[in-house]
Amino acid sequence: MRKSLAVRIANFVIGWSAAIVFFFPIFWMALTAFKTEPAAIATPPKLLFSPTMINMRAVLDSADYLHFFQNSLIISCAATLLAIILGTPAAYAMAFFPGGRTKDVLVWMLSTKMMPAVGVLVPIYLIFRDAGLLDTHVGLIAIYTLMNLPIVVWLIYTFFKDIPKDLIEAARMDGARPLSQFFFLLLPLTAPGFASTGLLSVIFIWNEAFWSINLTVTNATPLTAFIASFSSPQGLFWAKLSAASLLAIAPIMLLGWLTQKQLVRGLTFGAVK
Amino acid sequence: MAKDTQSKARGPAVRTGPLMAPAVSLLVLWMIVPLAMTIYFSTLRYSLLQPDAVSFVGISNYIFFFQDPALWTSIVNTLSLVGGVLVASIAIGTLLAVVFYETFPGASIARLLVVAPFFVMPTVAALIWKNLLMHPVNGLFAFFARSLGLPPVDWFSSLPLTSIGIIVTWQWAPFATLILLTAIQSLDREQLEAARMDGARGLTLFYHITLPHLARAIGVVAMIEAIFLLSIFAEILVTTNGGPGSATTTLPYLIYKTALLDFNVGMASTGGIMAVVLANIVGFFLIRTISRNLDS
Repeated sequence: MRKSLAVRIANFVIGWSAAIVFFFPIFWMALTAFKTEPAAIATPPKLLFSPTMINMRAVLDSADYLHFFQNSLIISCAATLLAIILGTPAAYAMAFFPGGRTKDVLVWMLSTKMMPAVGVLVPIYLIFRDAGLLDTHVGLIAIYTLMNLPIVVWLIYTFFKDIPKDLIEAARMDGARPLSQFFFLLLPLTAPGFASTGLLSVIFIWNEAFWSINLTVTNATPLTAFIASFSSPQGLFWAKLSAASLLAIAPIMLLGWLTQKQLVRGLTFGAVK
Repeated sequence: MAKDTQSKARGPAVRTGPLMAPAVSLLVLWMIVPLAMTIYFSTLRYSLLQPDAVSFVGISNYIFFFQDPALWTSIVNTLSLVGGVLVASIAIGTLLAVVFYETFPGASIARLLVVAPFFVMPTVAALIWKNLLMHPVNGLFAFFARSLGLPPVDWFSSLPLTSIGIIVTWQWAPFATLILLTAIQSLDREQLEAARMDGARGLTLFYHITLPHLARAIGVVAMIEAIFLLSIFAEILVTTNGGPGSATTTLPYLIYKTALLDFNVGMASTGGIMAVVLANIVGFFLIRTISRNLDS
């Protein structure tokens, strides 16, 4: 398609300006992570400086940081895995054996996402306190599993739906039982779908900051809540904050970039593909 | 259970009940138990500081709450924040979707850079902006202002809600871009070309072809964002703590404060019910759009 040169230049300029504006805070943070503390707060700001690994080493050497990183990793992976294990049978049933109320069930599952977390903060907090679940991995894993279950069911459902009916029919004609159909036909076909569902769920949990802040103290604290502790005035070490932040967001940003396409589907419950 | 003889049968060849049961029953519990408890607590005078002095007070928490100016301030704050961020992020997202629909040198890299902020966890986003950029003395914005000979802005003191709005828009405009870009890509190039043949140009083309095509996606983006934005919490906690005064106390923050700082279970639950009602008004429209989509 031919476009006038002016329009193409405008696209280039706007597109790249937006890229620079949006990415700048992340870039600046990454830069600050390699400055010394005095250089981090220097005015005028230093664009050229001799990079130091002192903050990175300080962050990585402290047992605390690794502990919080590990918490994020354990909690997001465990909750994702659980949600997939619980959600797949339901998605399978609804995709291949839809009944009269399947649609209602799907929509109802989605509607559980409408519940604002603050609406149930009090009872959840009290239940957790009485059950000794405050500040435990198990507690957060349970919350996040339930939070992500509807999305996981929806996504896997839409991936199952995309499988051509003929293929299933052919397998059935060949005498494949449901269980072997599932493991030898559906699972291989939807493996990329499962992968992106899992990644999306991990991204959501990794970045969740309401429950993690309110339900943990130190033991099960994930990175979101740990970074929040930098907000106290005496904890204001910008270079260290930047280093800790950079390490906390880098893995998720890479995952997010890799799964952009599926992300759109997951984020809109399949309403935009 | 299923036998191959059933291959022609229309009905279920597998009993779906046991497959559905775990997910459905857990979600039912997750949905009903805490909500029922919140409703129950909202009718009690119940403070964690005096756990023995619990008494049933009916709807008087609600009456008290409705007369409390703090509630209305927080609702106004919540709606301004949600409204402002919605408008800003969708305007930016639409513009960028149109721009990135075309290719230009480095477009794919520029697109990755634009969507990046969406993957930054809320606490990191808020603290980076608050310190590195918006700090009135050592922040980068203050430096820019001074180099231009202007007095630096003390963002979180003089424009607290706007500052939080800027941070949240930075996180959510990439989301709008991502979704709208996907939606615009299903735009029929031939239709565009035909319109162009007919002499449609620039804004006319945008208003009559692109925007109607994007309308539903924009609706979906608005509602999904609204649901998340109605629960904005961490950004406020780490930047302003709801202040100065109550300038940035939104409904979620007010509930958090009432519950976990004032230990007032009854009032916090009443606030929780308000938040649920607010979210459900938005959610109703989202559900309707998405379930309509399920039919097609």
